[in-house]
Amino acid sequence: MPKTNAVHTGSVLLTNDVGLHARPSVKLTQLAKRFSAQIEFALVATGPWVDAKSPVKVMRFKAAKGETLHFRASGADAVEALAAILSLVERGFTSEAEESSQPPRR
Amino acid sequence: MEKRFAGRPASPGIALGVLFPVRVGTHARVASGAPESEAHALRSAIGAARSDLKDLIDRSTGDAAEILEFQVAMLEDEVLAEPAFSAIVTGCTADHAWLDAMQSEIGGYEGSDDEHFRARAADLHDLRDRVLAHLTGSTIDAVVPPGAIVAAIDLAPSRFLAIDWSRGGALVLTAGSTTSHVAMLARSRGIPAVTGLGVDLAELSGQALLDAHRGVLIVNPGPEARAQFAWDAKADATDRALAAAAAMRPGVTADGTPIRITLNISDPRELADLDPSICDGIGLVRTEFLFHSLQGLPDEELQYVVYRRIAEWAQGRPVIIRTLDAGGDKPIPELTPVGESNPFLGVRGLRLSLARAEVFRTQLRALVRAAVHGNVKIMLPMVTQPRELAAARSILDAEVGALVAEGIPARRASLGIMIEVPAAAIAADQFDAEFFSIGSNDLTQYVAAAGRDIGAVADLADPTQPAMLRLYRYVAATACRRDIEVSICGDAGGDPRAIPSLLAAGLRSLSMAPALVGAAKRALGAIDLRSISKSEPWPT
Repeated sequence: MPKTNAVHTGSVLLTNDVGLHARPSVKLTQLAKRFSAQIEFALVATGPWVDAKSPVKVMRFKAAKGETLHFRASGADAVEALAAILSLVERGFTSEAEESSQPPRR
Repeated sequence: MEKRFAGRPASPGIALGVLFPVRVGTHARVASGAPESEAHALRSAIGAARSDLKDLIDRSTGDAAEILEFQVAMLEDEVLAEPAFSAIVTGCTADHAWLDAMQSEIGGYEGSDDEHFRARAADLHDLRDRVLAHLTGSTIDAVVPPGAIVAAIDLAPSRFLAIDWSRGGALVLTAGSTTSHVAMLARSRGIPAVTGLGVDLAELSGQALLDAHRGVLIVNPGPEARAQFAWDAKADATDRALAAAAAMRPGVTADGTPIRITLNISDPRELADLDPSICDGIGLVRTEFLFHSLQGLPDEELQYVVYRRIAEWAQGRPVIIRTLDAGGDKPIPELTPVGESNPFLGVRGLRLSLARAEVFRTQLRALVRAAVHGNVKIMLPMVTQPRELAAARSILDAEVGALVAEGIPARRASLGIMIEVPAAAIAADQFDAEFFSIGSNDLTQYVAAAGRDIGAVADLADPTQPAMLRLYRYVAATACRRDIEVSICGDAGGDPRAIPSLLAAGLRSLSMAPALVGAAKRALGAIDLRSISKSEPWPT
């Protein structure tokens, strides 16, 4: 990781019943793609980490209800990105969450 | 070594060419051999699948749309196809690379303990097949060499139409039947075709001779077979020249009896290079082509424009347009019922039109508006009981009234019926239709209980067997008594071998594929009705 790019991390408990399946994964990756920051995702704080903008990779984790999702972000809008994503997961991927944390479009 | 295979003649003619096998499914593609073009093929197929899905999303709501959006998201993610592109670089073909990559992705879902994830495997299957369809479909159509003898188990009509037949060629099907729609298209285009060869497609490769008059395919022909072909080719060329000349003359028997010759059309593009003076009008316009577009059901304006163009082509000659005959072996998404145990005995033809009155009304409005511009007549398919005709007539009259009230030009075109259900043939006198047209393909399959797409019972589905001739005779006599027109628009109508029997049964109007007009008129010239005994009436 380049020194000039601070890495911001955060974690959140997955509470929605169906886990991080198709619809939530699409919402998560769509949200991540709105930021220029590099955003990664893991089920354990030590990794492995995958690109949170890739629905194929996010789906491969098959995260279930009750698991903790770890995110790390670096780049210009990393702080905003992380906040928006954590908020989306906390609110169970509801649309209000998406609107309340509406990021600036790139 | 020379090998001979026998099938059923489906469209007359002869051909010499290289067999080109077209397979449906995972091995259909012919690989280019170059990694760059394989990668390009995969990229195009993924792009095409993605745009299919976007079209579908536009027409879907709720859960269906969300599932499709998930599929699009997966397809847009380059990670999905990454292993496939890597495999292509090492020499793997596009289709196999894609299948392998998707198989391992799907395995991850199928192996999940979580039912929500296991359920998503179906979405990935969909994606896999959708991309594969583009990969196989598009390439095949592009690479069929001109003049090749296309060999397949069976061929979808759309696939047939996508092949360039302008420089000849022929079609052989190992399964299929002579009355299937692809056979009909082959006859219409004058492409020699043989169906029901009953061999493994793998046997069909290399040089071959096709004699579609006799239904014989000779693979790796020896000198004797080639010499015979050269002789046949001369005779065939002479026949075609004579037929082309005969097509320009009126239809008349040797004894001077005029016979009306009209055309069967499945697609207006068939009329493009045709001179209307070869015929006495159009005896059957099938309108299903309008309903097969990916963009959903056609609106009134689109239908009106198409019907009007066909009517104007005929320059005042009668044009019989059949209302939608969906169902049976002609399913249409969002319209025909799904899961009928026997679609040929289900909600098809007029039955479907009366059940989906809004679709029917739209078509009738377009037809009566087009009728202002030509001699359009409307024909109802699959009529079984007189009350169905009465119901259709009252809808037609109501729509004409409504258009006139709106100030839109419309003309109440005459309304006739297909005679293709045995009940309608046997009780033809009960129908006060304004004309009859015998649909001998369906009528034969229903009378003989022998499916038109089942090669093994094709011999039983003979449209000139005694039971059929009795029905034709009764329907013709009924029409004569009622002073209405009657024609026959099944394949028998354009078959020179069947025509003498049809005339003997009292029919004087034959409708057929454009490519068959010349041969039919030549056949008429050899028939002397004074020496032909009338076909047997019902025993008393």
